[in-house]
Amino acid sequence: MSILLDEGTRVVVLGITGSEGTFHARKMIEYGTRVVAGMTPGKGGTTHLGVPVFNTVAEAAAAEGAGAAAIFVPPFAAADAIMECADAGLGLVVCITEGIPTLDMLKVKTYLRGKPVALIGPNTPGIISPGKAKIGIMPGHIHRAGTIGIISRSGTLTYEAVQQVSQQGYGQSTAVGIGGDPIVGLKYIELLELFKKDPGTEAVILIGEIGGTAEDEAASYIQASFPKPVVGFIAGQTAPPGRRMGHAGAIIAGGKGTAQEKMDALRAAGVRVAVSPADIGARLREALTRGA
Amino acid sequence: MPGVFMGEERETAMKIHEFQGKQILAKFGVRVPRGEVAETPAEARAIADRIGPRVVVKAQIHAGGRGKGGGVKLAATPAEAEALAAKMIGMRLVTHQTGPDGKRVKRVLVEEALDIARELYLGIVIDRAREAAVLMASTEGGVEIEKVAAEKPGLIFKEYVDPAVGLLSFQARKLAFRLGLEGEAHKQGQKFIGSLFRAFEGTDASLAEINPLLVTKQGDVLALDAKMTFDDNALGRHPDIQAMRDLDEESPLEVEASKYNLNYIKLDGDIGCMVNGAGLAMATMDIIKYAGGMPANFLDVGGGVTEEAVTNAFRILVSDPDVKGALINIFGGIVRCDMIASGVVKSARALGTKIPVVIRLEGTNVDLGKKILAESGLAFSSADGMKEAAERIVALVK
Repeated sequence: MSILLDEGTRVVVLGITGSEGTFHARKMIEYGTRVVAGMTPGKGGTTHLGVPVFNTVAEAAAAEGAGAAAIFVPPFAAADAIMECADAGLGLVVCITEGIPTLDMLKVKTYLRGKPVALIGPNTPGIISPGKAKIGIMPGHIHRAGTIGIISRSGTLTYEAVQQVSQQGYGQSTAVGIGGDPIVGLKYIELLELFKKDPGTEAVILIGEIGGTAEDEAASYIQASFPKPVVGFIAGQTAPPGRRMGHAGAIIAGGKGTAQEKMDALRAAGVRVAVSPADIGARLREALTRGA
Repeated sequence: MPGVFMGEERETAMKIHEFQGKQILAKFGVRVPRGEVAETPAEARAIADRIGPRVVVKAQIHAGGRGKGGGVKLAATPAEAEALAAKMIGMRLVTHQTGPDGKRVKRVLVEEALDIARELYLGIVIDRAREAAVLMASTEGGVEIEKVAAEKPGLIFKEYVDPAVGLLSFQARKLAFRLGLEGEAHKQGQKFIGSLFRAFEGTDASLAEINPLLVTKQGDVLALDAKMTFDDNALGRHPDIQAMRDLDEESPLEVEASKYNLNYIKLDGDIGCMVNGAGLAMATMDIIKYAGGMPANFLDVGGGVTEEAVTNAFRILVSDPDVKGALINIFGGIVRCDMIASGVVKSARALGTKIPVVIRLEGTNVDLGKKILAESGLAFSSADGMKEAAERIVALVK
């Protein structure tokens, strides 16, 4: 099975008529995603890649029953695009765009509170339920349908993990890129909740990196309420400590944010942590054959 | 203290000089001392004549700890200001934040000397976990705020800003009261806090730190120092701030790389790396170290990289004299392996590259990419997984 996205999800692609939007929407359609509409302000009434294009998300939702969106819109317009999707009542919004200003995303998160919308990203390769659909830019051919959930802050490092999973003989139920920015939509905990409830997911791989405390929060949640096996990897273990971004940043940090500290927190929660990025697949095999 | 990290470990926010920060703040109505920038001792004297006679001469470099390093000095007369400027301009100033080589001082800020009654602290950053900007104020200014956080956390006051409504007046008022400001100082302090937040928001700052925030004997409230950094993502909508970038303060290779939208950071080792994706790039650095090697750099070519950028990335990588071997680790999604291979081959041929190069390609068009490498006639080594690639380059460089 899968979470959030399957073969029935009806997707509107924002920015479909741009070069990025066209290229990736085409790949999504080839993969089997149900792209039912496009949205580019001013191009409403036209057809692109065989789908009708609308001026607004609300029209696309009303006319074609779109329930999810893929956003391929430039950085200074992307926050607004996310909010337009939320306002139109979509349940899933995947924002691929990299480079959205942080203050814009603070407004987005505030706007989204209380609305029943799941935001994935920004700055993400997207979400894929192999064999069913993908909303994003990940190469479909390295994925195989299966029972392993993947949650990652990274893009290409996720593909590395996916490939190792496939090489070990397993497959992915859904792989979600939560995005590399400091302020993103759904994070580890919300997705772990969904994977917990998905009968088709038997284990989860969690890929993190230095900065922030999302992995620490995930570790607490896993310890308290996640019964399935979890494998983790944290990138940046050997990154040199940066010069401080002002002392104010450091006092907010309180010593957290290093790879070592996240790995310790995950281990303490019972997660099998791969030290080398080449060992993610091996740790998964151990978790599934020897038990959590 | 709450365990939340403000940003990435490595600094990606754009930095500016103190004098530029004060220029920006002044535009938003934040009170700063009278002062001007001097690039010669004569200019320093002229400024002191105008705003002195007592002035402070402050070296302008992108690093803290200038005072302890001898970069901030009081002058009683314009003649003294000229002499101090003569010493500082052109010197390499070493502080605990510059590294042992220090930074060359090209200009000084000459500011009116003020009668200090109290030194406070004010700072604004984004709290990632709370997903909001936070204003921090403390009565303990003029010292490193982390010490205060460690020793007297009760003296740091915080107000979180609701992104929907911005900083509210009562929040600025609360902080002004907690700082013990009274009368004229309270009025000015409240205004200062509001203006500082407007400056933070209006410039898409990542950090705005005033340490010390000065209260003078006359009850005036001003920014004695100002440190601001900016969200790289937002610079496109702030051309005036972009123009403040000081290329002399950045390493030449990093400046060169930024021309091609390459994310490059020079490190201390001898194995150059070129990778697509920040997470994979960090993991590549990790695996090189686990194989016993030392990465010479972090280099993320990004998702939309062109063949031209790849060629330049390789050139920049191998132009570092510390680099004795290179590891290229590409997992192509949008990025095509054949394009990477062509770009690297072109570059290596043009440069006559002799150092060992290990290339690990995966993903889109991988077979075509491997074919291009094999037929290039260059002594590139192909590897199948990250572990094999890292172990091979470490062995070749030894």
